[in-house]
Amino acid sequence: MIYIEELTKIYPSKYGDVKALDGINIHVKKNDIFGVIGLSGAGKSTLLKCINMLETPTSGSITIDGIEMTTLTPGELKETRKKIGMIFQHFNLLSSRSVRGNIAFPLEIDGVDKKRIDKRVDELLSLVGLTDKAQSFPSQLSGGQKQRVGIARALANNPKVLLCDEATSALDPQTTLSILDLLRDINKKLGITIVLITHDMNVIKQICQNVAVIDNSKVVEQGSILEIFSNPKTKTARDFIKSVSFSEIPDELQKKIDKLELDSSEGIVIKIGFVGKITAKPIISTLVKKFDVDANILYGNIDYIQDTPFGTLIIELKGNNGRTGKALEYLEELGVSVDVIRGSEHMEHH
Amino acid sequence: MQIANLLIEPTVETLYMVFTATIFATVFGIPLGILLMVTDKGQILQNLPINRIFGTIVNVLRSIPFIILLFLLIPFTRLLVGKAIGTTASIVPLSIAAVPFMARLTETALREVDKGIIEAAQSMGASPIQIIKKVLIPESLPSIVSGITITIINLVGYSAMAGAMGGGGLGDLAVRYGYQRFKLDIMLYTVIVLVVIVQLIQAVGDFIVKQISKNR
Repeated sequence: MIYIEELTKIYPSKYGDVKALDGINIHVKKNDIFGVIGLSGAGKSTLLKCINMLETPTSGSITIDGIEMTTLTPGELKETRKKIGMIFQHFNLLSSRSVRGNIAFPLEIDGVDKKRIDKRVDELLSLVGLTDKAQSFPSQLSGGQKQRVGIARALANNPKVLLCDEATSALDPQTTLSILDLLRDINKKLGITIVLITHDMNVIKQICQNVAVIDNSKVVEQGSILEIFSNPKTKTARDFIKSVSFSEIPDELQKKIDKLELDSSEGIVIKIGFVGKITAKPIISTLVKKFDVDANILYGNIDYIQDTPFGTLIIELKGNNGRTGKALEYLEELGVSVDVIRGSEHMEHH
Repeated sequence: MQIANLLIEPTVETLYMVFTATIFATVFGIPLGILLMVTDKGQILQNLPINRIFGTIVNVLRSIPFIILLFLLIPFTRLLVGKAIGTTASIVPLSIAAVPFMARLTETALREVDKGIIEAAQSMGASPIQIIKKVLIPESLPSIVSGITITIINLVGYSAMAGAMGGGGLGDLAVRYGYQRFKLDIMLYTVIVLVVIVQLIQAVGDFIVKQISKNR
């Protein structure tokens, strides 16, 4: 659906060039809800604006549904943009127009006749649940309502793609959830591919299927949300996950584990991460019974990412004569991810 | 009663000069202001050479004191209306002074429109002309109307100056009777009429602005 290849954006300045984006490669599948997360200044907003050419890339290519965006003429670009909706952090509604007028705006731009505009606006108002606010003006609406108008406006021309620029960052947590629900509905009902950028990992956790982590103008990690949550490879990703989930070891606990006196040469501390159905299995009691090891649970957590359970356990295993080693092998056979955090020299994985 | 009779004609002349010049100022000044805004750096129709040329013309015209502009424009006025003195002739320098003034006020008003809203319109595939017509002007309309009000009030002051130079109107009356014949009461009444005119214009302008921005 959307292919971004080797995208680079350089802002020239008196004090030397500033690289806002550096060789970005991203592939967004059709019907996906794709999240880009990064701290402010990481380049994610520039990235999003390059997708509909509000920012002109310095080099690289962007194709949407087979259309190469970077080589379009201004006229072609205008037509292509009509099929790419966009919503904004600060909503960007026209204060001079009512809710109805704001939603009608893109249709007027497209030269749709008045009767069809009215009909389409009615549909959109009911889609976003604002039928009773049609005559209100933006200044009379709450933040959540404003964003609903923004969404209705973005959907007016039946776009194939919806770009969300920090769409929930100006909203309170509860309103954020209701807007995210609406976006998920739109994605399912209308089959619109959504690309959103955010600095809030909770947004990613709530609705995204795939995610790219962007740091210092580069994509440092990319994959399905479960992959990223269960096996983050970079510190940036781990820090984001820590902000919304307890699947990463809290710093206090890490200190305790480092100081822990292991009782025998084969005592180990492991971190187990498991995803999906396996969370329902009695892994620990099986370990204890089958391998005659002692298991001391130091930390445990089960979280949900959308509908998938996703758990983390940190346990200290005690045993000798190779029993802890066998227990480890068994865990790996089960297909859970196992990390040895502390252990005797010869067993340590890292 | 005699004084009232004396005041009516000059008042009509002043209003005629001011409102005719306002029409010219609006018709030419607002488009010029839009041009200055949209061709500036980073704007929707960036064109720096055009921006510099018109910006310089506006600055030059605005830096000439009105009283000097009156003299400078005599040949041009004569070319346009056939004479350089009189109420109709005064409209030429009044308009030429008001156009750049109105242009700068319009430019400032348009700059107040949130960049995000312009970006949103661009993201929907709006052309620059559509952005001007459907975004920039409606969004800044209250400020533009305030700008027109300020321009009219400025023109009332300028028209008194033009009047004193032989253009008729209240300024002419005040100078001829108040200054040359030392009739202070007439000068005073002239001032009162001017104050009332300015108050009325301001009140009407404020009312229109309030109506437009009722829901914003």
